[in-house]
Amino acid sequence: MKEVELNTTTINFGPQHPAAHGVLRLVVELEGEVVKRAEPHIGLLHRGTEKLIEYKTYLQAVPYFDRLDYVSPMCQEHAFALATENLLKIEVPQRAKFIRVIFAEVTRILNHLLNIPAYAADIGAVTPFLWCFEEREKLLEFHEAVSGARFHAAYFRPGGVHQDMPEGMEERLFEHFKKLPKFIDDLEELLTNNRILRQRSVDIGIISKNDAIEWGCSGPVLRSAGVPWDLRRSQPYDAYDKVDFEIPIGKKGDCFDRYLVRIEEIRQSISIINQCLQQIKPGDVSVEDNKITPPKRNQMKKSMEALIHHFKLFTEGYRVPEGKTYNAVEAPKGEFGVFLVSDGSSKPYRCKIRAPGFAHLQILDQLSKGHLMADIAAILGSLDIVFGEIDR
Amino acid sequence: MLAELRKIQDCTIINQSKYLFEIECKKSNVNVVLKKLKDHSHFLFDQLLDITAVDHPSREFRFDLIYIIQSLKNNKKLILKTYLKENETIESITSIYKAADWYERECYDLFGVEFLNHPDLRRIMTDYNFEGHPLRKDFPLTGHTEVRYDDLEKKVIYEPVKLSQEFRDFDSESPWEGMKNDLIGDEKSKIDKS
Repeated sequence: MKEVELNTTTINFGPQHPAAHGVLRLVVELEGEVVKRAEPHIGLLHRGTEKLIEYKTYLQAVPYFDRLDYVSPMCQEHAFALATENLLKIEVPQRAKFIRVIFAEVTRILNHLLNIPAYAADIGAVTPFLWCFEEREKLLEFHEAVSGARFHAAYFRPGGVHQDMPEGMEERLFEHFKKLPKFIDDLEELLTNNRILRQRSVDIGIISKNDAIEWGCSGPVLRSAGVPWDLRRSQPYDAYDKVDFEIPIGKKGDCFDRYLVRIEEIRQSISIINQCLQQIKPGDVSVEDNKITPPKRNQMKKSMEALIHHFKLFTEGYRVPEGKTYNAVEAPKGEFGVFLVSDGSSKPYRCKIRAPGFAHLQILDQLSKGHLMADIAAILGSLDIVFGEIDR
Repeated sequence: MLAELRKIQDCTIINQSKYLFEIECKKSNVNVVLKKLKDHSHFLFDQLLDITAVDHPSREFRFDLIYIIQSLKNNKKLILKTYLKENETIESITSIYKAADWYERECYDLFGVEFLNHPDLRRIMTDYNFEGHPLRKDFPLTGHTEVRYDDLEKKVIYEPVKLSQEFRDFDSESPWEGMKNDLIGDEKSKIDKS
């Protein structure tokens, strides 16, 4: 029997590693410095969100969605709100639709303003990180102004949004987004033509068009491979059919394309927000049916019925007719879907969360094969991995 | 597309809306149906979005197995549903959709549904050496074990869950809506007097 000498080294990457973007454990098989196999071990942040939701009313389930992908909270509430509304067969008022679109896009900018510099930091640039965090803080102030919380907003609720925007919010948003494109230009000046960034990302982690579709990729990863697919365009929800925007696509599907797609998405988001601000009109922000949304504070002081409604809503919750549905939104990371099954009671019978990152992490092995160990950090950064949503 | 869907054998359409179809078929047909949905030029459901299950402990066919697929060309999503008994296995679809790999692992981990011919059917979400399938309805929300770091032994140890407060599951349904209308003695009024 012939003896075969193996020249491979197996190393453990994570679960405590700054470039692992959370608690990812990778078992990497290396030949010299070249990656032969990279096997992700996930589930270290598994909190059983889906099980917990089965024991909560529909309203109590909303905050769990903030805590999935904690970088883009409102987009996920959006998917849950749409799924519940779909089962309840209700239509939210126009103003609520516009507010949702505005804040879904603010969230998208927030997400990309974290991912782009985190990615840059992974491959050696520190300055963008500091710049973007300052800019994120300004945007988080808008989150705080409408919902009272910077991250875990619980703002998009089934039936509309929690409360109307404070007075003068439209003008403040408008003023802010006049200035933001300048910042994106500055950011690009630092990064796009930066020699190190290009050396580290061009032709790294290429995914072909067919592979991207086959492996269930969505969002910037799919678009960077050259597929012009965006749920906001192809299956518009809320007010996305009333705004005009472009879908940036990449040519090669490498890390650099994914970076460029994200930069362009920020610009498109700014344009969407501006269009919404022009079209938004005063009005209700949630459905009037007090069996689903709580009555106003001042009504509760005067009306017995309103008080009963309030009590029933926050103890028993509302009942959702029997049925099942799958609703997806274009979250910043890709298609975020909620598969909701109701048995007619006030708690979801089953709530399956489809996280875009789960599909993206699955292709990590393919993407990193043949690259250097250091490229794994670049690939991970460009896939925009957040463990809150992958492990659920 | 609806007319074409109807032509697939042993497959019933339950529901349809603007972007979403819902069909169901027998467990043994899943692979054939999915292959057709993926390759046939009328459908081209080229992307697998999700595989999951729904547990109904009281039913004979305990698990509803759900496949969600999407066609980028036709801009449609489709939910395929099939039924499984408790200890039944089902053929893996990794040969049709490569992405099914992790989704089937997750489904196996959380529900205990076994997929035949899956390349690497291991647990994915739960802890190493975990026992049980947490998303089954008969698995308690609190789980069976809890972990803590033991300072004397200098390692993390697993113990049975101790609840310092009883598990609270409020039944807040209205008394008059939740009540069944049979009080003791009611049956007497129903006795046929003739």
